[in-house]
Amino acid sequence: MEPIHAPESIDLIALAPVLVLSVFAMGVLVLDLWAGKNKTLLMFVSLVGLLMTAISAFAKHPLPAFAFTDSYIVDHLSIFFTCIFTLSSALAILLSAEYNERKGMKAGEYYALILLCTVGMIVLASSTDMIMIFLGIEIVSICLYVLAGFRRDDPVSNEAALKYFLLGAFATGFLLYGMTLIYGSTGSTNLFKIAEFIKAEGAPSSPLLLMGIVLLVIGFGFKVAAVPFHMWAPDVYHGSPTPVTAFMAVGPKAAAFAAFFRVFTEAIPNMAANWEILLCIVAVLSMFVGNLGAIMQTNIKRMLAFSSISHAGYLLIAVIAKSAMAGSGLLFYMLTYAFTTFGAFGIIILLGRKGEENLEMENYSGLAYKHPVLALSMTVFLLSLGGLPPFAGFVAKFYIFSAAIEEGFVTLVIIAVLNSAISFYYYLKVVVFMYMKEPAGEFQISMTPMTLFVVIIGIIGTIELGIYPDPIIALTGLN
Amino acid sequence: MAEYFYISLFAVVALVVIGALLALSTLLGPRNATPQKLLPYECGIVPAEEAKGRYPVRFATIAMLFIIFDVEVVFMYPWAVALGELKLFGLIEMLIFIIILGIAYVYIWGRGGLEWD
Repeated sequence: MEPIHAPESIDLIALAPVLVLSVFAMGVLVLDLWAGKNKTLLMFVSLVGLLMTAISAFAKHPLPAFAFTDSYIVDHLSIFFTCIFTLSSALAILLSAEYNERKGMKAGEYYALILLCTVGMIVLASSTDMIMIFLGIEIVSICLYVLAGFRRDDPVSNEAALKYFLLGAFATGFLLYGMTLIYGSTGSTNLFKIAEFIKAEGAPSSPLLLMGIVLLVIGFGFKVAAVPFHMWAPDVYHGSPTPVTAFMAVGPKAAAFAAFFRVFTEAIPNMAANWEILLCIVAVLSMFVGNLGAIMQTNIKRMLAFSSISHAGYLLIAVIAKSAMAGSGLLFYMLTYAFTTFGAFGIIILLGRKGEENLEMENYSGLAYKHPVLALSMTVFLLSLGGLPPFAGFVAKFYIFSAAIEEGFVTLVIIAVLNSAISFYYYLKVVVFMYMKEPAGEFQISMTPMTLFVVIIGIIGTIELGIYPDPIIALTGLN
Repeated sequence: MAEYFYISLFAVVALVVIGALLALSTLLGPRNATPQKLLPYECGIVPAEEAKGRYPVRFATIAMLFIIFDVEVVFMYPWAVALGELKLFGLIEMLIFIIILGIAYVYIWGRGGLEWD
Protein backbone atom coordinates (compact mmCIF):
# COMPACT_ATOMS: atom_id res chain seq x y z
CA MET A 1 0.00 0.00 0.00
CA GLU A 2 1.30 3.41 -0.87
CA PRO A 3 2.00 5.79 2.03
CA ILE A 4 -0.38 8.62 2.73
CA HIS A 5 1.02 11.89 1.49
CA ALA A 6 -0.56 15.10 2.65
CA PRO A 7 -0.08 18.03 0.30
CA GLU A 8 2.88 20.14 1.31
CA SER A 9 0.93 23.11 2.63
CA ILE A 10 -1.37 21.12 4.94
CA ASP A 11 0.08 21.21 8.42
CA LEU A 12 -2.19 19.63 10.98
CA ILE A 13 0.23 20.26 13.87
CA ALA A 14 -0.07 24.00 13.30
CA LEU A 15 -3.82 23.58 13.34
CA ALA A 16 -3.77 21.38 16.46
CA PRO A 17 -5.63 23.73 18.85
CA VAL A 18 -8.44 24.24 16.35
CA LEU A 19 -8.73 20.49 15.66
CA VAL A 20 -8.66 19.48 19.33
CA LEU A 21 -11.30 22.02 20.27
CA SER A 22 -13.52 21.15 17.32
CA VAL A 23 -13.45 17.50 18.29
CA PHE A 24 -14.36 18.37 21.87
CA ALA A 25 -17.15 20.70 20.72
CA MET A 26 -18.67 17.96 18.59
CA GLY A 27 -18.18 15.50 21.42
CA VAL A 28 -20.10 17.77 23.79
CA LEU A 29 -22.86 18.13 21.22
CA VAL A 30 -23.29 14.37 20.90
CA LEU A 31 -22.74 13.68 24.59
CA ASP A 32 -25.59 16.04 25.39
CA LEU A 33 -28.00 13.61 23.73
CA TRP A 34 -27.26 10.99 26.39
CA ALA A 35 -26.31 13.19 29.31
CA GLY A 36 -29.89 13.85 30.36
CA LYS A 37 -30.64 16.73 32.67
CA ASN A 38 -27.31 16.83 34.45
CA LYS A 39 -24.99 19.14 32.59
CA THR A 40 -22.02 18.84 34.96
CA LEU A 41 -20.45 16.18 32.76
CA LEU A 42 -20.71 18.44 29.69
CA MET A 43 -19.13 21.26 31.62
CA PHE A 44 -16.30 19.04 32.75
CA VAL A 45 -15.64 17.74 29.23
CA SER A 46 -15.67 21.32 27.90
CA LEU A 47 -13.14 22.45 30.48
CA VAL A 48 -10.88 19.48 29.71
CA GLY A 49 -11.17 20.34 26.02
CA LEU A 50 -10.15 23.93 26.66
CA LEU A 51 -7.16 22.79 28.72
CA MET A 52 -6.04 20.40 25.98
CA THR A 53 -6.44 23.18 23.44
CA ALA A 54 -4.23 25.52 25.45
CA ILE A 55 -1.58 22.80 25.68
CA SER A 56 -1.76 21.89 22.00
CA ALA A 57 -1.22 25.55 21.10
CA PHE A 58 2.43 24.99 21.97
CA ALA A 59 2.80 21.95 19.70
CA LYS A 60 4.37 23.78 16.77
CA HIS A 61 8.11 24.51 16.66
CA PRO A 62 9.96 26.59 15.59
CA LEU A 63 8.05 29.86 15.56
CA PRO A 64 6.74 31.55 13.54
CA ALA A 65 5.38 28.68 11.48
CA PHE A 66 3.21 29.09 8.41
CA ALA A 67 0.66 26.62 7.14
CA PHE A 68 -1.93 26.26 4.39
CA THR A 69 0.01 28.30 1.82
CA ASP A 70 0.76 31.14 4.21
CA SER A 71 -2.83 31.70 5.20
CA TYR A 72 -2.38 30.44 8.75
CA ILE A 73 0.37 31.39 11.17
CA VAL A 74 1.51 30.10 14.53
CA ASP A 75 3.48 32.81 16.25
CA HIS A 76 3.84 34.41 19.63
CA LEU A 77 0.77 36.58 19.18
CA SER A 78 -1.50 33.71 18.12
CA ILE A 79 -0.31 31.38 20.91
CA PHE A 80 -0.75 34.02 23.60
CA PHE A 81 -4.18 34.91 22.26
CA THR A 82 -5.14 31.22 22.14
CA CYS A 83 -4.30 31.03 25.84
CA ILE A 84 -6.40 34.14 26.57
CA PHE A 85 -9.31 32.65 24.61
CA THR A 86 -9.20 29.31 26.36
CA LEU A 87 -8.93 31.05 29.73
CA SER A 88 -11.88 33.33 29.02
CA SER A 89 -14.01 30.50 27.67
CA ALA A 90 -13.20 28.36 30.70
CA LEU A 91 -14.16 31.20 33.04
CA ALA A 92 -17.35 31.80 31.04
CA ILE A 93 -18.29 28.13 31.36
CA LEU A 94 -17.61 28.19 35.11
CA LEU A 95 -19.78 31.30 35.45
CA SER A 96 -22.55 29.74 33.38
CA ALA A 97 -23.03 26.56 35.37
CA GLU A 98 -25.03 27.99 38.23
CA TYR A 99 -26.51 30.87 36.28
CA ASN A 100 -27.97 28.49 33.72
CA GLU A 101 -29.32 26.30 36.49
CA ARG A 102 -31.04 29.30 38.05
CA LYS A 103 -32.45 30.52 34.76
CA GLY A 104 -33.60 27.09 33.68
CA MET A 105 -31.35 27.17 30.62
CA LYS A 106 -30.90 23.45 30.35
CA ALA A 107 -29.65 23.10 26.80
CA GLY A 108 -26.28 21.43 26.48
CA GLU A 109 -25.67 23.21 23.18
CA TYR A 110 -24.63 26.17 25.29
CA TYR A 111 -21.27 24.59 26.04
CA ALA A 112 -20.77 23.36 22.49
CA LEU A 113 -21.48 26.86 21.20
CA ILE A 114 -18.93 28.41 23.53
CA LEU A 115 -16.33 25.88 22.39
CA LEU A 116 -17.11 26.45 18.72
CA CYS A 117 -16.95 30.18 19.25
CA THR A 118 -13.51 29.68 20.75
CA VAL A 119 -12.50 27.71 17.65
CA GLY A 120 -13.47 30.72 15.58
CA MET A 121 -11.49 33.03 17.83
CA ILE A 122 -8.35 30.91 17.47
CA VAL A 123 -8.75 30.89 13.69
CA LEU A 124 -9.22 34.66 13.76
CA ALA A 125 -6.09 35.28 15.79
CA SER A 126 -3.97 32.96 13.63
CA SER A 127 -5.03 33.97 10.14
CA THR A 128 -2.79 35.82 7.76
CA ASP A 129 -5.24 35.73 4.92
CA MET A 130 -8.39 37.80 4.46
CA ILE A 131 -10.44 34.72 3.62
CA MET A 132 -9.39 33.00 6.84
CA ILE A 133 -10.14 36.16 8.82
CA PHE A 134 -13.60 36.26 7.32
CA LEU A 135 -14.10 32.60 8.14
CA GLY A 136 -13.02 33.17 11.74
CA ILE A 137 -15.29 36.19 12.16
CA GLU A 138 -18.24 34.23 10.82
CA ILE A 139 -17.67 31.27 13.15
CA VAL A 140 -17.41 33.60 16.14
CA SER A 141 -20.40 35.73 15.17
CA ILE A 142 -22.81 32.93 14.40
CA CYS A 143 -22.14 31.28 17.76
CA LEU A 144 -22.58 34.61 19.52
CA TYR A 145 -25.89 35.35 17.81
CA VAL A 146 -27.28 32.13 19.22
CA LEU A 147 -25.70 32.58 22.65
CA ALA A 148 -27.09 36.13 22.96
CA GLY A 149 -30.61 34.81 22.54
CA PHE A 150 -30.19 31.79 24.75
CA ARG A 151 -32.81 32.91 27.28
CA ARG A 152 -35.56 32.06 24.87
CA ASP A 153 -38.44 32.98 27.17
CA ASP A 154 -37.01 36.44 27.81
CA PRO A 155 -37.98 39.11 25.25
CA VAL A 156 -34.92 41.24 26.13
CA SER A 157 -32.65 38.33 25.26
CA ASN A 158 -34.50 37.74 22.00
CA GLU A 159 -34.20 41.41 21.16
CA ALA A 160 -30.46 41.28 21.85
CA ALA A 161 -29.99 38.29 19.57
CA LEU A 162 -32.02 39.76 16.74
CA LYS A 163 -30.32 43.17 16.92
CA TYR A 164 -26.92 41.57 17.07
CA PHE A 165 -27.71 39.28 14.18
CA LEU A 166 -29.11 41.93 11.85
CA LEU A 167 -26.43 44.53 12.57
CA GLY A 168 -23.68 41.93 12.70
CA ALA A 169 -24.61 40.48 9.33
CA PHE A 170 -24.68 43.99 7.92
CA ALA A 171 -21.25 44.84 9.36
CA THR A 172 -19.81 41.58 8.04
CA GLY A 173 -20.99 42.73 4.63
CA PHE A 174 -18.94 45.90 5.00
CA LEU A 175 -15.91 43.91 6.07
CA LEU A 176 -16.22 41.54 3.14
CA TYR A 177 -16.67 44.41 0.71
CA GLY A 178 -13.54 46.05 2.11
CA MET A 179 -11.60 42.81 1.66
CA THR A 180 -12.88 42.54 -1.90
CA LEU A 181 -11.74 46.05 -2.78
CA ILE A 182 -8.32 45.44 -1.24
CA TYR A 183 -8.03 42.20 -3.16
CA GLY A 184 -9.07 44.01 -6.31
CA SER A 185 -6.46 46.70 -5.94
CA THR A 186 -3.54 44.61 -4.66
CA GLY A 187 -4.18 41.27 -6.31
CA SER A 188 -3.96 39.13 -3.20
CA THR A 189 -5.88 38.19 -0.08
CA ASN A 190 -2.69 37.26 1.73
CA LEU A 191 -1.62 39.88 4.26
CA PHE A 192 2.09 39.63 3.44
CA LYS A 193 1.54 39.78 -0.31
CA ILE A 194 -0.68 42.81 0.14
CA ALA A 195 2.08 44.47 2.15
CA GLU A 196 4.65 43.59 -0.53
CA PHE A 197 2.47 45.03 -3.26
CA ILE A 198 1.88 48.26 -1.37
CA LYS A 199 5.58 48.61 -0.62
CA ALA A 200 6.54 47.99 -4.23
CA GLU A 201 4.01 50.51 -5.47
CA GLY A 202 5.10 53.08 -2.87
CA ALA A 203 1.80 53.41 -0.96
CA PRO A 204 -0.51 53.93 -3.95
CA SER A 205 -3.39 56.32 -3.37
CA SER A 206 -5.81 54.35 -5.50
CA PRO A 207 -9.35 55.17 -4.40
CA LEU A 208 -10.29 51.47 -4.44
CA LEU A 209 -7.60 50.59 -1.92
CA LEU A 210 -8.46 53.55 0.32
CA MET A 211 -12.15 52.69 0.17
CA GLY A 212 -11.27 49.11 1.05
CA ILE A 213 -9.37 50.25 4.12
CA VAL A 214 -12.24 52.47 5.23
CA LEU A 215 -14.65 49.55 4.89
CA LEU A 216 -12.27 47.33 6.89
CA VAL A 217 -12.26 49.93 9.66
CA ILE A 218 -16.06 49.87 9.67
CA GLY A 219 -16.22 46.09 9.76
CA PHE A 220 -13.62 45.63 12.48
CA GLY A 221 -14.94 48.70 14.33
CA PHE A 222 -18.30 46.99 14.61
CA LYS A 223 -16.82 43.74 15.86
CA VAL A 224 -14.83 45.48 18.62
CA ALA A 225 -17.73 47.87 19.40
CA ALA A 226 -15.90 51.11 18.63
CA VAL A 227 -17.79 54.37 18.16
CA PRO A 228 -19.55 55.15 15.79
CA PHE A 229 -20.24 51.44 15.17
CA HIS A 230 -21.13 50.70 18.78
CA MET A 231 -24.90 51.13 18.85
CA TRP A 232 -25.54 47.41 19.22
CA ALA A 233 -23.30 46.95 22.24
CA PRO A 234 -25.41 48.33 25.14
CA ASP A 235 -28.57 46.50 24.09
CA VAL A 236 -26.83 43.24 23.30
CA TYR A 237 -24.73 43.28 26.46
CA HIS A 238 -27.80 44.10 28.50
CA GLY A 239 -30.05 41.48 26.95
CA SER A 240 -27.68 38.54 26.76
CA PRO A 241 -27.39 36.07 29.63
CA THR A 242 -24.84 37.57 32.06
CA PRO A 243 -22.08 34.94 31.55
CA VAL A 244 -22.45 35.39 27.79
CA THR A 245 -22.09 39.14 28.23
CA ALA A 246 -18.84 38.62 30.13
CA PHE A 247 -17.67 36.17 27.48
CA MET A 248 -18.59 38.57 24.66
CA ALA A 249 -16.77 41.46 26.30
CA VAL A 250 -13.54 39.48 26.54
CA GLY A 251 -13.02 36.60 24.11
CA PRO A 252 -14.56 37.68 20.81
CA LYS A 253 -13.41 41.23 21.41
CA ALA A 254 -9.83 40.06 21.93
CA ALA A 255 -10.09 37.93 18.79
CA ALA A 256 -11.37 40.83 16.73
CA PHE A 257 -8.54 42.98 18.05
CA ALA A 258 -6.01 40.28 17.19
CA ALA A 259 -7.18 40.27 13.58
CA PHE A 260 -7.52 44.06 13.56
CA PHE A 261 -3.93 44.41 14.78
CA ARG A 262 -2.58 41.83 12.37
CA VAL A 263 -4.28 43.28 9.31
CA PHE A 264 -3.28 46.86 10.02
CA THR A 265 0.30 46.15 11.08
CA GLU A 266 1.12 43.30 8.67
CA ALA A 267 -0.81 44.14 5.52
CA ILE A 268 -1.22 47.88 5.32
CA PRO A 269 1.37 49.50 7.62
CA ASN A 270 2.70 51.45 4.65
CA MET A 271 -0.69 53.04 4.21
CA ALA A 272 -0.57 54.32 7.79
CA ALA A 273 -0.57 57.93 6.67
CA ASN A 274 -4.07 57.28 5.38
CA TRP A 275 -5.63 55.18 8.12
CA GLU A 276 -3.89 56.60 11.18
CA ILE A 277 -6.06 59.71 11.40
CA LEU A 278 -9.17 57.60 10.77
CA LEU A 279 -8.38 55.25 13.64
CA CYS A 280 -7.43 58.18 15.88
CA ILE A 281 -10.88 59.68 15.38
CA VAL A 282 -12.56 56.33 16.07
CA ALA A 283 -10.42 55.81 19.19
CA VAL A 284 -11.10 59.27 20.62
CA LEU A 285 -14.82 59.00 19.88
CA SER A 286 -14.94 55.53 21.49
CA MET A 287 -13.30 56.81 24.65
CA PHE A 288 -15.54 59.84 24.99
CA VAL A 289 -18.84 58.24 24.00
CA GLY A 290 -18.06 55.13 26.06
CA ASN A 291 -17.15 57.01 29.21
CA LEU A 292 -19.77 59.75 28.98
CA GLY A 293 -22.40 57.18 28.07
CA ALA A 294 -21.48 55.02 31.05
CA ILE A 295 -22.00 57.97 33.42
CA MET A 296 -25.66 58.11 32.39
CA GLN A 297 -26.40 54.45 33.13
CA THR A 298 -28.16 53.09 36.18
CA ASN A 299 -28.09 49.47 35.02
CA ILE A 300 -24.77 47.91 35.85
CA LYS A 301 -24.65 45.66 32.78
CA ARG A 302 -25.28 48.63 30.50
CA MET A 303 -22.65 50.59 32.39
CA LEU A 304 -20.11 47.84 31.79
CA ALA A 305 -21.16 47.75 28.12
CA PHE A 306 -20.31 51.44 27.73
CA SER A 307 -17.14 50.89 29.72
CA SER A 308 -16.24 48.12 27.27
CA ILE A 309 -16.73 50.60 24.40
CA SER A 310 -14.27 52.97 26.03
CA HIS A 311 -11.81 50.10 26.53
CA ALA A 312 -12.06 49.43 22.80
CA GLY A 313 -10.91 53.03 22.41
CA TYR A 314 -7.83 52.44 24.59
CA LEU A 315 -7.04 49.23 22.74
CA LEU A 316 -7.30 50.99 19.40
CA ILE A 317 -4.35 53.09 20.52
CA ALA A 318 -2.29 49.89 20.39
CA VAL A 319 -3.37 49.31 16.77
CA ILE A 320 -2.51 52.91 15.90
CA ALA A 321 0.93 52.68 17.53
CA LYS A 322 1.50 49.39 15.58
CA SER A 323 4.92 48.71 17.12
CA ALA A 324 5.98 45.38 18.60
CA MET A 325 5.62 46.92 22.03
CA ALA A 326 2.06 47.96 21.21
CA GLY A 327 1.34 44.36 20.28
CA SER A 328 2.69 43.19 23.63
CA GLY A 329 0.59 45.87 25.30
CA LEU A 330 -2.49 44.56 23.50
CA LEU A 331 -1.81 41.04 24.77
CA PHE A 332 -1.25 42.18 28.34
CA TYR A 333 -4.30 44.45 28.28
CA MET A 334 -6.58 41.67 27.03
CA LEU A 335 -5.31 39.31 29.73
CA THR A 336 -5.92 41.77 32.56
CA TYR A 337 -9.24 42.73 31.01
CA ALA A 338 -10.24 39.05 31.05
CA PHE A 339 -9.51 38.66 34.77
CA THR A 340 -11.17 41.92 35.75
CA THR A 341 -14.27 41.57 33.60
CA PHE A 342 -14.98 37.99 34.58
CA GLY A 343 -14.49 38.87 38.23
CA ALA A 344 -16.91 41.80 38.03
CA PHE A 345 -19.53 39.77 36.16
CA GLY A 346 -19.09 36.96 38.64
CA ILE A 347 -20.16 39.30 41.43
CA ILE A 348 -23.08 40.55 39.34
CA ILE A 349 -24.21 36.94 38.94
CA LEU A 350 -23.79 36.25 42.66
CA LEU A 351 -26.06 39.18 43.46
CA GLY A 352 -28.80 37.99 41.13
CA ARG A 353 -31.50 35.56 42.11
CA LYS A 354 -34.17 33.54 40.36
CA GLY A 355 -36.61 36.03 38.89
CA GLU A 356 -34.65 38.98 40.25
CA GLU A 357 -31.55 39.98 38.41
CA ASN A 358 -30.64 42.91 40.71
CA LEU A 359 -28.88 44.73 37.92
CA GLU A 360 -29.68 48.27 39.04
CA MET A 361 -27.09 50.24 40.97
CA GLU A 362 -29.54 50.74 43.85
CA ASN A 363 -29.44 47.00 44.38
CA TYR A 364 -25.82 47.42 45.43
CA SER A 365 -26.67 49.90 48.20
CA GLY A 366 -24.98 48.97 51.42
CA LEU A 367 -23.43 45.78 50.11
CA ALA A 368 -20.29 46.58 52.09
CA TYR A 369 -22.15 46.29 55.42
CA LYS A 370 -23.55 42.84 54.74
CA HIS A 371 -20.87 41.31 52.54
CA PRO A 372 -17.67 43.30 53.00
CA VAL A 373 -15.50 40.85 51.06
CA LEU A 374 -17.76 40.87 48.00
CA ALA A 375 -17.95 44.65 48.05
CA LEU A 376 -14.19 44.90 48.38
CA SER A 377 -13.70 42.52 45.46
CA MET A 378 -16.10 44.52 43.31
CA THR A 379 -14.20 47.69 44.25
CA VAL A 380 -10.92 46.08 43.20
CA PHE A 381 -12.38 45.06 39.82
CA LEU A 382 -13.88 48.47 39.16
CA LEU A 383 -10.73 50.34 40.16
CA SER A 384 -8.67 48.03 37.98
CA LEU A 385 -11.03 48.69 35.04
CA GLY A 386 -10.52 52.39 35.66
CA GLY A 387 -6.76 51.92 35.75
CA LEU A 388 -5.77 52.71 39.32
CA PRO A 389 -2.46 51.38 40.68
CA PRO A 390 -1.63 48.87 42.12
CA PHE A 391 -4.14 46.87 40.09
CA ALA A 392 -3.62 45.15 36.76
CA GLY A 393 -5.59 47.71 34.76
CA PHE A 394 -3.02 50.37 35.56
CA VAL A 395 -0.07 48.33 34.29
CA ALA A 396 -2.00 47.42 31.13
CA LYS A 397 -2.89 51.02 30.35
CA PHE A 398 0.64 52.14 31.19
CA TYR A 399 2.03 49.55 28.77
CA ILE A 400 -0.16 50.63 25.84
CA PHE A 401 0.18 54.34 26.53
CA SER A 402 3.97 54.21 26.73
CA ALA A 403 4.07 52.25 23.47
CA ALA A 404 1.99 55.00 21.88
CA ILE A 405 4.19 57.76 23.30
CA GLU A 406 7.26 56.03 21.95
CA GLU A 407 5.68 56.22 18.51
CA GLY A 408 4.90 59.89 19.04
CA PHE A 409 1.15 59.89 19.70
CA VAL A 410 1.30 62.22 22.68
CA THR A 411 -2.01 64.03 22.15
CA LEU A 412 -3.85 60.74 21.80
CA VAL A 413 -2.39 59.49 25.07
CA ILE A 414 -3.30 62.73 26.86
CA ILE A 415 -6.90 62.31 25.71
CA ALA A 416 -6.83 58.67 26.86
CA VAL A 417 -5.53 59.60 30.31
CA LEU A 418 -8.18 62.30 30.66
CA ASN A 419 -10.77 59.69 29.74
CA SER A 420 -9.46 57.29 32.36
CA ALA A 421 -10.04 60.07 34.88
CA ILE A 422 -13.63 60.51 33.63
CA SER A 423 -14.21 56.78 33.90
CA PHE A 424 -13.53 56.86 37.64
CA TYR A 425 -16.70 58.86 38.08
CA TYR A 426 -18.96 55.96 37.17
CA TYR A 427 -16.76 53.20 38.53
CA LEU A 428 -16.67 54.97 41.87
CA LYS A 429 -20.42 55.58 41.69
CA VAL A 430 -20.94 51.85 42.25
CA VAL A 431 -18.42 51.96 45.09
CA VAL A 432 -20.32 54.87 46.65
CA PHE A 433 -23.54 52.85 46.47
CA MET A 434 -21.85 49.86 48.09
CA TYR A 435 -20.09 51.74 50.89
CA MET A 436 -22.03 54.92 51.59
CA LYS A 437 -25.70 54.08 51.18
CA GLU A 438 -27.98 52.30 53.57
CA PRO A 439 -29.02 48.81 52.46
CA ALA A 440 -32.43 48.98 50.80
CA GLY A 441 -33.34 45.41 51.71
CA GLU A 442 -31.91 42.04 52.53
CA PHE A 443 -29.30 40.54 50.24
CA GLN A 444 -30.05 36.94 49.51
CA ILE A 445 -26.76 35.81 48.12
CA SER A 446 -26.14 32.15 47.67
CA MET A 447 -22.39 31.68 47.53
CA THR A 448 -22.35 29.23 44.68
CA PRO A 449 -18.91 27.61 44.55
CA MET A 450 -18.06 27.84 40.86
CA THR A 451 -19.06 31.48 40.48
CA LEU A 452 -17.11 32.23 43.64
CA PHE A 453 -14.13 30.39 42.15
CA VAL A 454 -14.22 32.69 39.10
CA VAL A 455 -14.33 35.76 41.36
CA ILE A 456 -11.32 34.46 43.30
CA ILE A 457 -9.38 33.80 40.08
CA GLY A 458 -10.30 37.29 38.95
CA ILE A 459 -9.04 38.81 42.19
CA ILE A 460 -5.79 36.86 42.08
CA GLY A 461 -5.18 37.80 38.44
CA THR A 462 -6.07 41.45 38.95
CA ILE A 463 -3.80 41.90 41.95
CA GLU A 464 -0.96 39.66 40.80
CA LEU A 465 -0.70 41.34 37.39
CA GLY A 466 -0.84 44.70 39.11
CA ILE A 467 1.82 44.13 41.73
CA TYR A 468 4.23 41.76 40.04
CA PRO A 469 3.56 41.84 36.27
CA ASP A 470 7.17 41.17 35.22
CA PRO A 471 6.91 37.46 34.35
CA ILE A 472 3.78 37.97 32.26
CA ILE A 473 5.24 41.06 30.61
CA ALA A 474 8.28 38.97 29.72
CA LEU A 475 5.92 36.42 28.16
CA THR A 476 4.10 39.06 26.12
CA GLY A 477 7.39 40.33 24.65
CA LEU A 478 7.07 40.17 20.87
CA ASN A 479 10.69 40.05 19.90
CA MET B 1 -11.53 39.83 -29.84
CA ALA B 2 -12.73 37.22 -32.29
CA GLU B 3 -14.10 34.95 -29.58
CA TYR B 4 -16.16 37.77 -28.15
CA PHE B 5 -17.86 38.22 -31.51
CA TYR B 6 -19.73 34.94 -31.18
CA ILE B 7 -20.76 35.69 -27.63
CA SER B 8 -22.16 39.07 -28.63
CA LEU B 9 -23.82 37.49 -31.65
CA PHE B 10 -25.42 34.95 -29.34
CA ALA B 11 -26.57 37.73 -27.00
CA VAL B 12 -28.04 39.75 -29.86
CA VAL B 13 -29.86 36.77 -31.30
CA ALA B 14 -31.22 35.85 -27.87
CA LEU B 15 -32.49 39.38 -27.30
CA VAL B 16 -34.04 39.59 -30.77
CA VAL B 17 -35.81 36.25 -30.41
CA ILE B 18 -37.17 37.08 -26.94
CA GLY B 19 -38.25 40.54 -28.08
CA ALA B 20 -39.89 39.16 -31.20
CA LEU B 21 -41.80 36.47 -29.29
CA LEU B 22 -43.06 38.93 -26.69
CA ALA B 23 -44.00 41.51 -29.35
CA LEU B 24 -45.77 38.96 -31.56
CA SER B 25 -47.82 37.49 -28.75
CA THR B 26 -48.81 40.99 -27.62
CA LEU B 27 -49.82 41.99 -31.16
CA LEU B 28 -51.49 38.82 -32.35
CA GLY B 29 -52.77 37.19 -29.18
CA PRO B 30 -56.52 37.47 -28.49
CA ARG B 31 -57.33 39.13 -25.19
CA ASN B 32 -60.49 37.91 -23.54
CA ALA B 33 -59.78 37.64 -19.84
CA THR B 34 -61.98 35.39 -17.71
CA PRO B 35 -61.67 35.01 -13.92
CA GLN B 36 -60.22 31.54 -14.45
CA LYS B 37 -57.51 32.89 -16.73
CA LEU B 38 -56.50 35.57 -14.23
CA LEU B 39 -55.85 33.04 -11.47
CA PRO B 40 -52.23 32.47 -10.40
CA TYR B 41 -50.74 29.73 -12.53
CA GLU B 42 -50.15 26.62 -10.50
CA CYS B 43 -49.30 24.06 -13.15
CA GLY B 44 -52.87 23.97 -14.40
CA ILE B 45 -54.47 23.05 -11.10
CA VAL B 46 -57.12 25.33 -9.60
CA PRO B 47 -55.55 26.98 -6.51
CA ALA B 48 -56.95 25.46 -3.33
CA GLU B 49 -56.40 28.50 -1.10
CA GLU B 50 -54.57 31.78 -0.84
CA ALA B 51 -50.79 31.64 -1.00
CA LYS B 52 -50.53 33.75 2.15
CA GLY B 53 -52.01 31.02 4.34
CA ARG B 54 -50.38 29.71 7.51
CA TYR B 55 -48.47 26.48 7.54
CA PRO B 56 -46.64 24.57 10.29
CA VAL B 57 -43.23 25.92 11.24
CA ARG B 58 -41.90 22.36 10.90
CA PHE B 59 -41.72 22.87 7.16
CA ALA B 60 -39.20 25.62 7.79
CA THR B 61 -37.16 23.33 10.06
CA ILE B 62 -37.09 20.59 7.46
CA ALA B 63 -36.13 23.10 4.77
CA MET B 64 -33.27 24.37 6.93
CA LEU B 65 -31.98 20.88 7.61
CA PHE B 66 -32.16 20.13 3.93
CA ILE B 67 -30.19 23.25 3.04
CA ILE B 68 -27.47 22.42 5.59
CA PHE B 69 -26.80 19.01 4.10
CA ASP B 70 -27.40 20.14 0.56
CA VAL B 71 -24.82 22.92 0.72
CA GLU B 72 -22.27 20.73 2.46
CA VAL B 73 -22.61 18.00 -0.12
CA VAL B 74 -21.71 20.57 -2.77
CA PHE B 75 -18.17 20.48 -1.33
CA MET B 76 -17.85 16.95 -2.66
CA TYR B 77 -17.85 18.09 -6.28
CA PRO B 78 -14.50 19.92 -6.22
CA TRP B 79 -13.15 17.08 -4.09
CA ALA B 80 -14.20 14.51 -6.68
CA VAL B 81 -12.43 16.52 -9.39
CA ALA B 82 -9.21 16.77 -7.36
CA LEU B 83 -9.26 13.22 -6.01
CA GLY B 84 -6.75 12.04 -8.60
CA GLU B 85 -4.18 14.39 -7.12
CA LEU B 86 -5.12 14.03 -3.47
CA LYS B 87 -5.06 10.22 -3.55
CA LEU B 88 -5.58 8.39 -0.27
CA PHE B 89 -5.13 11.56 1.78
CA GLY B 90 -8.10 13.14 0.03
CA LEU B 91 -10.20 10.07 0.65
CA ILE B 92 -9.44 10.14 4.38
CA GLU B 93 -10.14 13.88 4.51
CA MET B 94 -13.53 13.33 2.91
CA LEU B 95 -14.29 10.50 5.32
CA ILE B 96 -13.62 12.88 8.22
CA PHE B 97 -15.86 15.45 6.59
CA ILE B 98 -18.63 12.91 6.24
CA ILE B 99 -18.20 11.82 9.85
CA ILE B 100 -18.67 15.45 10.89
CA LEU B 101 -21.81 15.60 8.77
CA GLY B 102 -22.86 12.35 10.42
CA ILE B 103 -22.44 13.94 13.86
CA ALA B 104 -24.71 16.77 12.77
CA TYR B 105 -27.21 14.17 11.59
CA VAL B 106 -27.04 12.23 14.85
CA TYR B 107 -27.50 15.48 16.74
CA ILE B 108 -30.56 16.47 14.74
CA TRP B 109 -32.00 13.00 15.10
CA GLY B 110 -31.34 12.90 18.83
CA ARG B 111 -32.91 16.29 19.41
CA GLY B 112 -36.06 15.22 17.59
CA GLY B 113 -35.55 17.49 14.61
CA LEU B 114 -36.77 14.83 12.22
CA GLU B 115 -39.98 13.98 14.05
CA TRP B 116 -43.16 15.40 12.68
CA ASP B 117 -45.40 15.16 15.77
